[in-house]
Amino acid sequence: MAAELTILTGADERDLTKLDQYRAIGGYAQLEKARGMGPEQLIETVTNAKLRGRGGAGFAMGRKMSLVPPPDKRRSPAYVVANADESEPGAFKDREIMRRVPHRFVEGCLIAAHGIQSQNVFIYIRGEYLTEYEVLSDAVEEARAAGVFGDCDVVVHRGAGAYICGEESALLDSLEGKRGQPRPRPPFPPVTGLYSGPTLVNNVQTIASLPAILELGVERYSELGVEAAPGTVVYSLSGNVNKPGNYELPLGTTLRELIFEHGHGIVDGRGLKAIIPGGSSVLVFTPDQIDVPLDFDSVQAAGSFLGSAAVIVVDDRACMVQLGLRGAKFYMHESCGKCTPCREGTRWLVQLLERIEGGEGTRSDLDLLRDVCDRILGKSLCALGDFAVYCVGSYVEKFYDEFKRHVDEGGCPFDGASSIDGVLAPSDTHVHKHLPLVPA
Amino acid sequence: MTATEFHDRVQELRALYPDGRSAVMGALHLAQKRHDGWLPVEALEEVADAMELTPAHVQSVASFYDMYHLEPVGRHSIEVCTNLSCALVGAQAVVDALAEELGVAPGETTEDGAISFRLVECAGGCGYAPVVVVDQRYREPVRPDEIPALVEEIRGR
Repeated sequence: MAAELTILTGADERDLTKLDQYRAIGGYAQLEKARGMGPEQLIETVTNAKLRGRGGAGFAMGRKMSLVPPPDKRRSPAYVVANADESEPGAFKDREIMRRVPHRFVEGCLIAAHGIQSQNVFIYIRGEYLTEYEVLSDAVEEARAAGVFGDCDVVVHRGAGAYICGEESALLDSLEGKRGQPRPRPPFPPVTGLYSGPTLVNNVQTIASLPAILELGVERYSELGVEAAPGTVVYSLSGNVNKPGNYELPLGTTLRELIFEHGHGIVDGRGLKAIIPGGSSVLVFTPDQIDVPLDFDSVQAAGSFLGSAAVIVVDDRACMVQLGLRGAKFYMHESCGKCTPCREGTRWLVQLLERIEGGEGTRSDLDLLRDVCDRILGKSLCALGDFAVYCVGSYVEKFYDEFKRHVDEGGCPFDGASSIDGVLAPSDTHVHKHLPLVPA
Repeated sequence: MTATEFHDRVQELRALYPDGRSAVMGALHLAQKRHDGWLPVEALEEVADAMELTPAHVQSVASFYDMYHLEPVGRHSIEVCTNLSCALVGAQAVVDALAEELGVAPGETTEDGAISFRLVECAGGCGYAPVVVVDQRYREPVRPDEIPALVEEIRGR
């Protein structure tokens, strides 16, 4: 059975960055259909389609929409904020969606706005995605000129490089013109969000799924994927595979199918060592978990998270201590500094891992490493601290022997043969060196 | 962009939002463009002025995000992602090749002020790794043996 697409549909055949091309395959017709429905009916449809967030948390979108108070119960305007701050290591799906089907994404934004009866949509796109920003802005302008916005407006807002701004409350602070640091919750954004107004924050892909749900109808949409989580998802496959890339497939596709059929297996016929199933921020899998289906519940039952469906494949050349160190440095650099467990804890993780990788670690450092993980997990203001622990902590648990060998043998057993040997983290070099002279 | 043009552009940005303070990031992007790719004190003051914010607030925002530079940068930038997916497929070799070709270490600018070389966190090109970003445009993937030609091309700009 050829897989049916719901997100990147038509992008292989046409240039869907152009409005007329998108219209030719029925573009913006679903917006009309949505506007013909009452907002409650629209929310009910999204709820019945069991659309779960594709950005990482997997929260039910219909439920989120229903948490936004209706206009007669609001004290301030409601907003739709599309989270296009894709920065999860391993994820590059939203980039492809914005680049290839920007109008479908914009249509989804307008459908969501109708659902919560909002006149303001903000798209927060990460600053590094300059080309995507241009493509998306062109699409927005084209749609605006064609009059599809109605009484709604769409603003594309560029970020400036901060992983934490993918966290919804940090994103809102950033969008308000502040440092992007998470807010204490509750209240949650559907109640008090942007400018203290009720705000629906959803990931690009979640929003881009809305037109297909309306086009296919709940029943047909539910035939795709698994019962508890219907639909398709764009899996980002990277690491040591022969054919990395984005693959839109039904939810519930197994890791084996994704890696060995679509990804054509491990490079150079190497052995599979580890699989990170949902971006660097989720717990690592071992090769015996290759048959886990990639949907929210199955991945969670297997001890990890689907996250942003970004699958990173690690072959047998990689040193897990180095990989953990690289991950830890990322979280240390991206920790916003607001809460202590994350700010200090991620630094401790880096220091301990550097010591272990450098051959100066002791057995008690391994205990300390786990202890530090314990002191971060569940104790940080937002999930970033947890992410660091899911990453490092799961490497320690699943590859404990390898960590122990580093300690017992007084250094890295790979002896310079690890595929990531010597990779320095940007955190070491982010300090801008002052130039003695800048020529005019 | 003249000072007046900058001021006018910032006012347009402020008008896009229910609360004009949201435009500070856009204003900083513009100011950086106007000041050779970085934000000297004058640039921060300019933004504060146009935004009707204190320079301290503007600096607090500018210092939070990686894409705003508070120290001078070269005329061009080369950034290499070394996060997990890139690291697994040889980002280090690309970093080494660049360091050799440019004669500077990551985090430094070439002596002639032409190229700033730095390492960045996940750029979102994991499936096309290793990712190199040249003047904000992605090159994916880049092999170490392509580095000399790439640097020559940039130097010719």
